Amino acid sequence: MPVFFEKREIVTPGDLLAEGDYIAGENTYKEGDKLYATRLGLVDFADKKVIVVALKAFYVPAVGDTVIGKVVEITIAGWLVDIKAAQPAMLRASDVFERSFRPQRNELPSVFDIGDLLIAKIIAYDRTRDPQLTVREPGLGKITRGQIVEITPTKIPRVIGKKGSMINMIKEQTGCHIVLGQNGVILISGKTTENEQLAMMAIRKIDEESHIGGLTDRINELMKDYKRK
Amino acid sequence: MPGKTQDKLIDKEGKRVDGRALDELRPIKIEVGVLSNADGSAYIEQGKCKILAAVYGPREAHPKHLALPDRALLQCRYHMAPFSVDERKSPAPSRREVEISKVIREALEPAIFLEYYPRTSIDLFIEVLQADGGTRCAGITVAALALADAGIPMRDLVAACAAGKADGKLALDLSDAEDKLGQADIPVALMPTSDAVTLLQMDGILNLEEFEQTVNLALTGCKQIYKLQKETLKAKYVALKEEKEE
Repeated sequence: MPVFFEKREIVTPGDLLAEGDYIAGENTYKEGDKLYATRLGLVDFADKKVIVVALKAFYVPAVGDTVIGKVVEITIAGWLVDIKAAQPAMLRASDVFERSFRPQRNELPSVFDIGDLLIAKIIAYDRTRDPQLTVREPGLGKITRGQIVEITPTKIPRVIGKKGSMINMIKEQTGCHIVLGQNGVILISGKTTENEQLAMMAIRKIDEESHIGGLTDRINELMKDYKRK
Repeated sequence: MPGKTQDKLIDKEGKRVDGRALDELRPIKIEVGVLSNADGSAYIEQGKCKILAAVYGPREAHPKHLALPDRALLQCRYHMAPFSVDERKSPAPSRREVEISKVIREALEPAIFLEYYPRTSIDLFIEVLQADGGTRCAGITVAALALADAGIPMRDLVAACAAGKADGKLALDLSDAEDKLGQADIPVALMPTSDAVTLLQMDGILNLEEFEQTVNLALTGCKQIYKLQKETLKAKYVALKEEKEE
């Protein structure tokens, strides 16, 4: 049962990764006995499972994801939020108002207006329905301050690192509060703009160099260098 | 076309007008990720052809009624810029462009996992900036890269190349002059890992034996292009990696 690539080697769509008794993980597909890649990415083998960590991908909503989105439309019954997915997500008015809500009194814009950024959680999504959001949990709701960075959504786990090692290091070094949206949008709020900029720089670097080993050390180095200046 | 017509497309030594051998491709230069506003993009120069491709999506289909309940819609627009040919071409889509848009779409559809993203649309734009024969093939080659660059899951890349008959000899990757003055032209698109042909057209006259030889010649061209496509996709990341690990 041969394997045709080494761990963490770059593969392209259509590359034959392995042959035989393997299980197709994310970004791979199996035809007969042969396992191929479907995206440009880094191949990884874990026991019998073969996966490709995509270098380029877009966000596909999943129930339970925390996302950061922008209000793009106000409808009769709620808000439409752009969460960088194929379809806009719906945040229903009944989710926000505790009392019964009367659409006649145009009060939605006073809560969230068009252009507002929200931290929200996906509570429903499948092939037939557009994603639905909630903000009724601690930590969710309108963003009032901070800066936004956008990265490839598949690299969010890389920003977190093993057991949060990367994100904790960035938080420690910069003293910023960081919220990761699973859709690749990241909110950084710190005491000073410089701290925020530093955190942004580090996260952008992770996005660019995620496919090269020893990343945590390099990011640590980068931030220490920056502070010395 | 300039006043003088080329009466000899292939000289005594078997070299073509541009100095190529009969089974030689035009020089190819490809770049990926050239447009920042598109989700994925690529640019190709194949001989004198210059083509840009951009991909958007998956996103909401517009108009909405076109969206399909069971898979994504692939919308493809092949367009030639007014300045892409000798005589100004009207920017409105011609019959030829509409047809080529359709065959390109059908050449790429089998490679994409459209069923993963129902009710959405993947929009593909192929803009020919300078034309010199074989634009539909170069268009498919560059579009496949733009799709991969957009992170759209694919069974395989699609590589395309034409072969034909000029001056009575079978030749690979015809230029505009060889196509117009030659006897036949066969564009072929291939998904090399599964050896699946997704486009096969022909105009002109060939006998059965020549047809088979020409298709095989085009297939060898596709395989060469496929290698280039893969290298191009990896190039950016490999270069950065080597720089950091030195």
